[in-house]
Amino acid sequence: MRDPLAKKIQTIEPSGIRKYFDIVSEMKDAISLGVGEPDFDTPWHIREEGIYSLERGRTFYTSNAGLKELKIEVSNYLHRRFGLTYDPDHEVMMTVGGSEAIDGAFRAMLDPGDEVLIPQPSYVSYEPCAVLAGGTPVIIELQEEDNFKLTRQELLDHITDKTKLLVLPFPNNPTGSIMTKEDLEDIVDVIIDRDLYVISDEIYSELTYNNTHVSIASFPGMWERTIVINGFSKSYAMTGWRLGYACGPRVILDQILKIHQFAIMCAPTNSQYAAVEALRNGDEDVERMRTAYNQRRNFLMKAFRDMGLQCFEPFGAFYVFPSIKQFGMTSDEFAQNLLQEEKIAVVPGTAFGDSGEGFVRISYAYSIEDLKGALERIERFIRRKDAYGG
Amino acid sequence: MCVYMKKQILDAISRNGRFSTEELAALLATDEDTIKREIQEMEEANVICGYPTLINWDNTDHEKVTALIEVQVTPQRDMGFNKVAERIYRFEEVESLYLMSGGFDLTVIIEGKSMKEVARFVTEKLSTLEYVNSTATYFVLKKYKEHGLVMSKEQRDTERMLITP
Repeated sequence: MRDPLAKKIQTIEPSGIRKYFDIVSEMKDAISLGVGEPDFDTPWHIREEGIYSLERGRTFYTSNAGLKELKIEVSNYLHRRFGLTYDPDHEVMMTVGGSEAIDGAFRAMLDPGDEVLIPQPSYVSYEPCAVLAGGTPVIIELQEEDNFKLTRQELLDHITDKTKLLVLPFPNNPTGSIMTKEDLEDIVDVIIDRDLYVISDEIYSELTYNNTHVSIASFPGMWERTIVINGFSKSYAMTGWRLGYACGPRVILDQILKIHQFAIMCAPTNSQYAAVEALRNGDEDVERMRTAYNQRRNFLMKAFRDMGLQCFEPFGAFYVFPSIKQFGMTSDEFAQNLLQEEKIAVVPGTAFGDSGEGFVRISYAYSIEDLKGALERIERFIRRKDAYGG
Repeated sequence: MCVYMKKQILDAISRNGRFSTEELAALLATDEDTIKREIQEMEEANVICGYPTLINWDNTDHEKVTALIEVQVTPQRDMGFNKVAERIYRFEEVESLYLMSGGFDLTVIIEGKSMKEVARFVTEKLSTLEYVNSTATYFVLKKYKEHGLVMSKEQRDTERMLITP
């Protein structure tokens, strides 16, 4: 028989997270700090709106780009929160989670041979999606001493004649790092000067803990070369509803919409109605959850300091990314041992790129009570490792 | 800063009165002395009035009956409703007492061991007060939610996956 598979797909490794998921699932009564989604339920008034929309029989397709009233709300929201201006008719489209928007943006913008700059550690899908879209990923290894921000020099060092796109994944999963207004200012002129386009994945934009998130699209000269990707999963605890969006210049959005039209048709109707409610009446929910995450973040940082686990202070998302280099183990070994010995699941930094070696991702999308229990075990574990290590 | 810290402490302990000062300090990224000082100030200012525990008596072997009573009263010269209220809330059986707008004046929430006991309180104590004009008593059949907390353990159909990207 002929090989049923395309060559390209065979070059792509399954997500490192997936492998780890299988190991953890085997383990009974493991405590997981390994999730990348909020622990909160979707606020009830939003769920209630979803239920109501089903009762009303809103079970049809929406237009490809999404419900008009939702696109208007998204446009209002982005303006109110981040000072971004998008025409809801042509510059906003609803997608199946932020993930679809990432995939669509790559496919709409990349020709074979085009290089895509992907800072890592970062979310697992940029690299494979870039490859599937025919692009060539070029990895920028972010450094802990820069608090895992993308620096001007790193950017300059990786740009070639073929570079077309830069992925900007901030606030960052897995490091929790953010790019402030000043940090972005530092790289904007390079992007414009070298005529790059940006895919700015801002899915964690509501979860920053010192300043309001700044979108790179709000800088002069950047709007026209940026696709902003955002969604409802993290800010409104709506991961399972699968609803995100892409915003950008019409010339690009029209093409992403074409792919979406043929591959997806439209984002889930029910979720779109619920999302209208989220944007109209959900500001307080976002604030409440952000406050809770921030308290847990404080709690973890204090606990790590007390137990002597080195960790830069992350100001975004809901992850901390401590260094485990002092224990003489790889990230993978550390995670495996922690799981075997103390039944705590964390994700090795290497699941998010080679530059994640020496770190593990710990999620604080858990209640304080859960975190307390888990921290005790982690402390016991590293005391033991310290003792052996001398 | 100080006002904000107080609000943060109140938000935290309003849902969980058992946080230690050490834990609160960690949560709010401050030191334990600050937490102790702020809490003491709020106790003295009667902002924090006490630390009761929310108990679902239905799940114990002890009977408890709760009733809500609408009361219409005649306000007393020179003392308005407050004096009347005081005469009522001093009864140990009174769990809560509110002055209301609308069709009646006071809401009294009574907790007793039995319907009989509640009935005795209403007929013998409450309705015999000279300025109480009328009462209407409603017995609580089931408590679903109190103080922002759902009384029964919520059923969850699904569990989160253990590891996700």
